[in-house]
Amino acid sequence: MHGFANPRRFLKLARWLTPLLLASGTVMAAIALYVGLTRVPPDRLMGETVRILFIHVPTAWLGMGGWMAIAGASLAFLVWRHPLAALAARAAAVPGAVFTAICLATGSIWGRPTWGTWWVWDGRLTSMLILLFLYFGYIALSDASAREGVSPKIPALFGLLGAINIPIINRSVVWWNSLHQPPSITMGNSAIDAAYLGPLMLSVAGFSLLFAGVVLARMRALLADAQAEARLRRMASEAA
Amino acid sequence: MILQLLKRDLRNLGPGGRGGGSTLPILFFLAVAILVPFAIGPDRAMLARTGGGVIWIAALLASLLPLERLVDRDVEKGFFDQFSVRGISEEVVMAVRLLAHWLSFAPLLLVACLPAAALLDLDRSQLLIVLLGLVAGTPGLAAVGLMIAALTSGLRGNAALTGVLALPLSLPVMIFGAGSLARNDFSGIAIAGAVSLVLCALAPFLSAAALRTARNG
Repeated sequence: MHGFANPRRFLKLARWLTPLLLASGTVMAAIALYVGLTRVPPDRLMGETVRILFIHVPTAWLGMGGWMAIAGASLAFLVWRHPLAALAARAAAVPGAVFTAICLATGSIWGRPTWGTWWVWDGRLTSMLILLFLYFGYIALSDASAREGVSPKIPALFGLLGAINIPIINRSVVWWNSLHQPPSITMGNSAIDAAYLGPLMLSVAGFSLLFAGVVLARMRALLADAQAEARLRRMASEAA
Repeated sequence: MILQLLKRDLRNLGPGGRGGGSTLPILFFLAVAILVPFAIGPDRAMLARTGGGVIWIAALLASLLPLERLVDRDVEKGFFDQFSVRGISEEVVMAVRLLAHWLSFAPLLLVACLPAAALLDLDRSQLLIVLLGLVAGTPGLAAVGLMIAALTSGLRGNAALTGVLALPLSLPVMIFGAGSLARNDFSGIAIAGAVSLVLCALAPFLSAAALRTARNG
């Protein structure tokens, strides 16, 4: 991994990997959504609203996965001082926050016809909302650190601290008696019908590739930003 | 050495310390509790029902106020660097600071709960749940506060940032601590205490790491 500590080598890889991830993710998500929105039969109880599943589940997974990426990258940065890890953590924050927000919004839209309410204050919804605010805090902290030249270790420490929330979200529907259903996709025997499982998995995979593509694109943008700034500073010092 | 450090921290953080110490946050706490009857109307039944939650919110907001002074000045003055030079680890200094922060804030807050409860018309059992909940929850609030104060110590104009960072982390403590009010039992308080203990165990290490980062980059 330390070979990529050299940004040039990383950029060489990222230059072709970014469009590849974005394109394949878009195609897979588009196919999954097409099948999910038009081909899959409506649910016996929930009717047509069940189709929100194909957006809700991938965004929920990526909302949590985004913070796990931040925490993992932060740990890698703190332990091995890998310079790209700090960049990756910073790049994953905004897409993670966006996916968390989409998850909350689609869940709310889904809750209206099926539960009869937009919002309930139960464990799953509340912990996901806390996650969204943790993202806001992380973005504010990492931006402020970058602006004032404080070490990226500071947001990394906050990223690790916020990771406490992830197992709480994951277990919330098991620990508390909630309106939200318990997990139906489990190792071995899933309670979800095969007609749904296929497109759902494709959708999760597609959105995950999109997420990875966005993170890489943002990392390239952050690197380009740093390079442009360094070049400006060099030009200024040469002119002086 | 630890006792001397604790005494110094308490002198600085306690009532009448630097910048008013913990006196002002406690007055702020009472002010929020007094504002609520004006905002939602002086209906006694309504106040009695919402009062416990109001006290929790006021406590949470008041706990944000001392954070700006908690470590910033000592970082600027090089206070922690002196200890580091003497070979005393930041973890010890921050553990003492956590204890001093809690001691300077929580007992006064609990005393201030009594007039606040009278103003909000809380009955005896609700007051007991609030007080026990705060006893279990305030160490967690203090730990979150210390960690966030240490993390933001290198950033200028960090007051708003402190609030955005500290509130989501403090929420679990409040959810469990105040959650017992609706059910009128003590079930959530034990969990609030457990969350507090976990946060207190993390706080010295994380804030010490943040201080070292602020020094060494």
